[in-house]
Amino acid sequence: MKMHLDEKIWLVLSFGMIMGMMLFTGYQTFVLGMGPPSHMETIDPQQVDETAPFDEPGVFEIGENEYEVVMTLELFSFNPGDIEIPAGSTVHFTMTSKDVTHGFQVTGTNLNAMVMPGHIQKISQTFHEPGEYLVLCNEYCGIGHQHMATTITVK
Amino acid sequence: MESAARNISFKEKANKALGIVPEDAIISKSYLFVSFIALLVGGVLGLLQGLNRAGLLELPLWFNYYQVLTAHGILLILVFTAFFTIGYFYAVLSHTLDGLLPKVRKMAWIGFGLKIFGFVLAVIPIIMNEASVMFTFYPPLAAHPVFYIGLVFIVVGVWMCAFGSFIQVANWRKRNKGEHVPILSYFATGVFVLLFFGSVPVAIEVFMIIPWALGWVETINVMLSRTLFWAFGHTLVNIWYLTAISAWYVVVPKVIGGRRFSDTLTRLVIIMLVVLNIPGGFHHQIVDPGITESVKFLHVFMSLAIGFPSLMTAYAMFSVFEKTAKKKGGKGVFAWFKKLPWGDVRFLAPMIAMIAFIPGGAGGIAQSTNQLNQVAHNTMWVVGHFHLTLGTTAVLTFFGISYWLVPFISKRVLTPAINKLGVIQTIFWTVGMIFMAGAMHWVGLLGSPRRTSYTTYSDHATALGWDPYLFFLAIGGTLLMIGIIIQVYAVIHLMFFAPKGETEFPIAEVEENATKTPYWTERWGVIIVIMLLVIAMGYVIPLVEMIVNAPPGSPPYSPW
Repeated sequence: MKMHLDEKIWLVLSFGMIMGMMLFTGYQTFVLGMGPPSHMETIDPQQVDETAPFDEPGVFEIGENEYEVVMTLELFSFNPGDIEIPAGSTVHFTMTSKDVTHGFQVTGTNLNAMVMPGHIQKISQTFHEPGEYLVLCNEYCGIGHQHMATTITVK
Repeated sequence: MESAARNISFKEKANKALGIVPEDAIISKSYLFVSFIALLVGGVLGLLQGLNRAGLLELPLWFNYYQVLTAHGILLILVFTAFFTIGYFYAVLSHTLDGLLPKVRKMAWIGFGLKIFGFVLAVIPIIMNEASVMFTFYPPLAAHPVFYIGLVFIVVGVWMCAFGSFIQVANWRKRNKGEHVPILSYFATGVFVLLFFGSVPVAIEVFMIIPWALGWVETINVMLSRTLFWAFGHTLVNIWYLTAISAWYVVVPKVIGGRRFSDTLTRLVIIMLVVLNIPGGFHHQIVDPGITESVKFLHVFMSLAIGFPSLMTAYAMFSVFEKTAKKKGGKGVFAWFKKLPWGDVRFLAPMIAMIAFIPGGAGGIAQSTNQLNQVAHNTMWVVGHFHLTLGTTAVLTFFGISYWLVPFISKRVLTPAINKLGVIQTIFWTVGMIFMAGAMHWVGLLGSPRRTSYTTYSDHATALGWDPYLFFLAIGGTLLMIGIIIQVYAVIHLMFFAPKGETEFPIAEVEENATKTPYWTERWGVIIVIMLLVIAMGYVIPLVEMIVNAPPGSPPYSPW
């Protein structure tokens, strides 16, 4: 198999770029702890209201400037909705779905996770900037999908 | 080598004298006709969505946004591309492997009938608003059972065509011992291998869904079905890509009057795409629960690996352009640019398709990496991405192919007028996509979600900020609709009304001093075993995890 020098250089660069993307992704995931939301716990999707912690959805202060939001998603709402937290706080979201697959996306942040029935999903974010953040479902879930939204107000 | 050369010249003469066998021509014609009608209808539905998304058009209750979107996806992603791919590659098999065997012809027709029947079954519940599940039909969303039964017929129809191609290739190899399968038929083999193995997981999924949708079993494993879907969904992507690059490697060099790139490397690219492709499906699930970070990281590699053969292809294309231009007396680094036949739609359309793959591929690499995916996942960015890759790179190549393939199978010629129309069509498509896919990428980064009908989320400031971009999206969609009308007109004209005559099936030769391709490239058995090993590497651990540690399943929901 004959290959020109410039082709070899191109292919080495191509391979290097792919490996570079790999290394950065690995470094961010395993060293900086920036891995994508991948929580492994499961739950009976038909018993969500009876299963802790989802029997009591809400916003809980768990430390200084640290909150846990226990949230259920269902057609077509987030519970709790209209969340308020002080600026600078870190929020840990613990979520599951009571029916179909939903998406949890907060615009202006990197919060973006699939929330599926039978699975508990976790994702965290520190809100530095005050403002009203739009929370929306980004996985098609039915005829009212475009109304499935709420807000997080950071004061 | 000598006998090969003799073979080629004999075949060329035979083809020149006889053209395509009429029985084979009618197969490809039927497939392409269905394909472009699907494009027309799917395009109209696309325009309706674009206008709705921009807030310019309210869709009626009896034909709502999500029905339109489901039909748009099924028509364009399944019907248009599958019928085009099969019609094109069956013409290839007929042309390069001495005409289709009667048995294979029969299989192509049975496949055609099964697919059309399945498609009609799938569409009825969509129109009746009982199957607004999108082309991804993620459980526990549950459509009417007839929708899934339709899908079974479509899959079996595709398998018919895949097996037909395998029989055709095997028969040719038996008659031509020790020779390489002609390059375009080699591409066809790769595509049909992927079509078959890629549709196995979705077939398993659909067989899980049917008893559940019928109410015979109460619950379904949501995660498992979703994962099986993407094992297929992502394979489909590479089937489009492989179909498109078959024209880039083999047809485009002939159209510009050059020779094709190294035969060995071309075959190597095909093998790599076949082997590496199926596990790539996991990059659709990067922000899913129930899959560990280490499995997701493994799959970053499995996804990005597909980038490598694409980068090899990029080199190959520019190398061919440069060599051809030099032969034509072009001097300097950019001579290739001036010597290319920009006014020939058979070149222009696939060329723009290739250029679109530079940002399209780069966007794909960005999305495959975990953290960047989290920014773009399920936003309009993704829709922009696949309108650039599928909607431009693959589709514009298909359009480019149609300007010689349709006259070839119809025994007609491409007139200068239709060529000019094709060039205008390509310009409409390019500008339309720059507006539409560009706006989609941008508004996606601002957070606008995909698969969502027009909404301002109670006039939230963020959502209101998307409106100007969505307006550009609608402008792009309108230009694309004009492009589709021109394209479908051109295909119908070339099929039934253009002047009679002989059209060449453009297949470029290898360089005169080319080295011999090693024979191991013909060992499809080994290639398939390696492919299955790679699939096992990618899927065994997560699938076992999803089955063994599965939560209680989900009952069906039909929220529409």
